[in-house]
Amino acid sequence: MDEQLKSELRRQGVVATSLQELYNWGRKSSVWPLNFGLACCAIEMIAATMARYDLARFGAEVFRPSPRQADLMIVAGTVTKKMAPQVVRLYNQMPEPKYVISMGACAISGGPFKQGYNVLKGIDRYIPVDVYIPGCPPRPEALIDAFMMLQRKIDAQYLTGPGRPRHLDAETPSEFVVPEFGAHDLVPTSNSEVWSVPLVNISNAGKNEPGRD
Amino acid sequence: MNLEEIKSQIEANVSGCRLEIIPNGSPSGQHSLLVDVDHGFAVATFLRDGATPRFDFCSNVTGIDWPVKEVSTKTKVKKLVDGVEKEVDEVVKTQTGGYLEAVYHLYSVEQREGPVVLRMRTEDRAERVHVPSLTPIWRSAEFQEREAYDLFGILFDGHPDLRRLLMWEGFEDYPMRRDYVDPDDYEYEPTAHDDVLKRAQAHRPAQEGGL
Repeated sequence: MDEQLKSELRRQGVVATSLQELYNWGRKSSVWPLNFGLACCAIEMIAATMARYDLARFGAEVFRPSPRQADLMIVAGTVTKKMAPQVVRLYNQMPEPKYVISMGACAISGGPFKQGYNVLKGIDRYIPVDVYIPGCPPRPEALIDAFMMLQRKIDAQYLTGPGRPRHLDAETPSEFVVPEFGAHDLVPTSNSEVWSVPLVNISNAGKNEPGRD
Repeated sequence: MNLEEIKSQIEANVSGCRLEIIPNGSPSGQHSLLVDVDHGFAVATFLRDGATPRFDFCSNVTGIDWPVKEVSTKTKVKKLVDGVEKEVDEVVKTQTGGYLEAVYHLYSVEQREGPVVLRMRTEDRAERVHVPSLTPIWRSAEFQEREAYDLFGILFDGHPDLRRLLMWEGFEDYPMRRDYVDPDDYEYEPTAHDDVLKRAQAHRPAQEGGL
């Protein structure tokens, strides 16, 4: 429907909308996060829900203690390899539609512990992530920004067609492989359905680039 | 309080123990006391109950890995070369290391003294990696001994609950040992250099040649 016509009608006291708009508005305005944190980022997440930052303004005040009632997983903190299977299992137990915010450097890539022996190098190796927040830890404002970005993302989803969300597409998976503890590392080390090695040009790394000191 | 006094105290009270002071050359001069494995428990018990001051608090337990290392020292030796006596450099190669160490830091809260650093050495790095657990003496050592077991593979005899702490059961390596090879799982690095760059290149030979 034409936006101009819609606002004209609204001025006359007629509200015109589409089912998609209504559906998305309902979903984006009541995203309930899962009540779980892994490290210091969780403290910032808690601060974001308290009176000063008040995440409740965005419809996300109800942190659910059970994955069965949650829509959003905020992976807040360092995911150790020992914890990774439990995180993926929690994600699998959440009902669709479900979203993931990867909060902080550790959850994105392993952060300062990337080359260590017991930290997972990014939760996106096992579950699909919707919004990444850099920072160590990110401030509550950054979490709110990520949350608003997620709301915009939900708002822009079409209910039909190839780009429709996962829960409306029977073909796409809703559960993901839970890694197992191996003798030297997690098995598998990543889920190829959701993650592949990012394409970056490393050919110049470690060499002196011409024209630069 | 100095370490010599404590050493003579222990020697007077624990019969048969072999002690050695390992000097620390740094400005802190925090020398440590090497205790033999067989008398480690008796020495620790004496330090807690009988010594003056009594060391009632164990603040820290850690491990050290000493892989086998060849040290060559040069000495000048007089030798007959072609009938003439000359000073010749002789290189003597000695092997050091090849063991694990458990290190304990002890304090006396009562007398505000400390730390006294205790060390115990295992026989080697592979099979005979046993030291006595001091958890029955200082309860605070429990988790830290578990951590030392987890990361260095030191077996503490007499520990009430020696399981892995940071890594999972079934993990076979000891990550803090010098010869630990970590799994090749950081193929992507935004600012790769040195060894990390080599790894990244090994994962992308085509791109490396093409670009």
